[in-house]
Amino acid sequence: MKVSATNSALNLLSELQVKYGEKLMFHQSGGCCDGSAPMCFQEGEFPLGDNDVKLGEIGGVPFYMNGDQYEKWKHTDLTIDAVNGIGGMFSLDNGTGKRFLTKSEICLVVDNDQETK
Amino acid sequence: MAIKRKSKTKPKTKKKKSKLVKPSRKKTKTKKKVASKKSATKKRSKKSRKSNKLKIKNKREVKNMSAEALKVSSALDTSHLKVDFPYKAKYGNFINGKFVEPLSGKYFDNPSPISNEIICSVARSNEKDVEAALDAAHAAFPEWGKTDITTRSIILNKIADVLEQNKDKLAVAECLDNGKPIRECMAADIALVIDHWRYFAGVIRAEEGSVAEISNSQYSYNIPEPLGVVAQIVPWNFPLLMATWKLAPALAAGNCSVLKPAEQTPASIMVMMELIGDLLPPGVVNIVSGFGLEAGKPLASSKRVAKVAFTGETTTGRLIMQYAAQNIIPITLELGGKSPNIFFEDIMDKDDDFLDKCVEGFVMFNLNQGEVCTCPSRALVQESIYDKFMEKCIARTKAVIQDNPLKMETMIGAQASVEQMEKIKSYLDLGKKEGAKVLAGGDVGKLNSGLEKGNYIQPTIFEADNSMRISQEEIFGPVVSVIKFKDEAEALEIANDTLYGLGAGVWTRNGNIAYRMGRAIQAGIVWTNCYHAYPAHSPFGGYKQSGVGRETHKMMLNHYRQNKNLHVSYAEQKLGFF
Repeated sequence: MKVSATNSALNLLSELQVKYGEKLMFHQSGGCCDGSAPMCFQEGEFPLGDNDVKLGEIGGVPFYMNGDQYEKWKHTDLTIDAVNGIGGMFSLDNGTGKRFLTKSEICLVVDNDQETK
Repeated sequence: MAIKRKSKTKPKTKKKKSKLVKPSRKKTKTKKKVASKKSATKKRSKKSRKSNKLKIKNKREVKNMSAEALKVSSALDTSHLKVDFPYKAKYGNFINGKFVEPLSGKYFDNPSPISNEIICSVARSNEKDVEAALDAAHAAFPEWGKTDITTRSIILNKIADVLEQNKDKLAVAECLDNGKPIRECMAADIALVIDHWRYFAGVIRAEEGSVAEISNSQYSYNIPEPLGVVAQIVPWNFPLLMATWKLAPALAAGNCSVLKPAEQTPASIMVMMELIGDLLPPGVVNIVSGFGLEAGKPLASSKRVAKVAFTGETTTGRLIMQYAAQNIIPITLELGGKSPNIFFEDIMDKDDDFLDKCVEGFVMFNLNQGEVCTCPSRALVQESIYDKFMEKCIARTKAVIQDNPLKMETMIGAQASVEQMEKIKSYLDLGKKEGAKVLAGGDVGKLNSGLEKGNYIQPTIFEADNSMRISQEEIFGPVVSVIKFKDEAEALEIANDTLYGLGAGVWTRNGNIAYRMGRAIQAGIVWTNCYHAYPAHSPFGGYKQSGVGRETHKMMLNHYRQNKNLHVSYAEQKLGFF
């Protein structure tokens, strides 16, 4: 499972870094309402647990997902995009008029190795 | 119980009681409402707007807000429903019993998902507004928390009465704000809202604490006490109903609330507060609208709240638990599901009304455009009936009418936001890439007549596998994955193979299968031969990652209270230790 980003997502991320500092992080959400949204926080704002898996980095910013969710998602690669919208709960994109959106492709090779941290 | 309040507080409470109840006010208001409703049989004419304005003039709390409605296209015309356009151009926050400007002076535009036209603007609040709301709530709590239960119950009943007198207006407001079909707003959302207030008005009257006789000279009196000022963060899928699920039990239990509506659907609750705001003492309910990051986060992380109730997704749920850990306060979380809806072969033993009900049960994935935490988004169908049953279900799904949500015949409306539509589209793409077969729909809904820019998705059926992401992640749209199973054991295994456990459906003519499945499925609610039933008397909440705690039902009261144990010794003699 790999994570990458479109240019519009990277541009939005740069804007957020200007406002909130370089050290940001993503955590992929699940569940209802704004579920499936990639949430962007200042590093340390979202407390990571032992069960969180680091999928990689986009624009130098680490991207995490809950380990249980990783098991259900690991056959897909994620591309983080930015679309118009206001939602996003406490994610830093909230209120900018843009929001991050996770798009997915099927992996060619499923990597069962969780030790990507 | 022999606990008597100090005589000093009694006359005060009595005085307050007559002040709170205000029976005369409501009577005149009701008459006025009925009169204006009768006159509003035609289009939103200048005349009816003028009379609206007069009405508003008499209400001190809205004097600062613009009374004029924004101009909207004919797609958002509400005259056929005999209701005036329910929104003013602008809404502030509802704090301390009145509508006030946000302290920053900032507002944001609120589009209707029906056509993405702006229907009003709403306060863009920040932590200063949250603090002002918390100040008001804290000032109100000492008196409200001690208000006698009869008085609280009467107020809750009056709220229900006023909402009932204005049910069509509220239904139209909800339809415009959220995009759901008007017939669902009328038959489900608003009807349930009204009933919910009545339910909590009723249960607190019949409830009592308990007494444990420790010995014949020692008693433990257990008295429920309110928590204080609570924070409530409401989702956008059922804006008024979810607000009511949170407000009614919190107020019934004697708490004061600061509530933040979702930024996607911030307006209908303002119409509700215009109607009921002055039935409550100032500060008991405070509504602060705005964005999650700017208003929701300061509220959820505030050290001035005694509890946080949240409905939403898992990452924010974890954050809210983290804030609560820092403040050592309780939380309730409802975080969604991926609910299995299981159809056993015996449903096709006869071609009767019950089979017809089962087919409707399958098509329930379209209710509220699938934007329900308990959406039956995984249909498990027994192999032996698969082809015949699916033929009926596909035909019924294709007959679902997607049109302007304001039309009475529309069965499926608009997704609540543009980004939600984008998310659903990304899952429609993913489902196809994962190898799921499209049996119905599979694309955005193309509508005309002014709805071209609205957020529409076709009712979609995927023939899928349970391991696919479309079968594991909550899409929150009108999309169902159909999965075959051989026997009861396999059905159970698939049903429980999910991170979530909020709802489930079991359809069978065999009571023993229904019982076994109902007990073995790991979900908070298992509907048996029915689905999507949400009466106030039936508890709702999740197993596994679907959340913590329950909503609805009188058990909810204890999520908003703590227990006071008055442990009393009536013995004259010492223990003898010292």
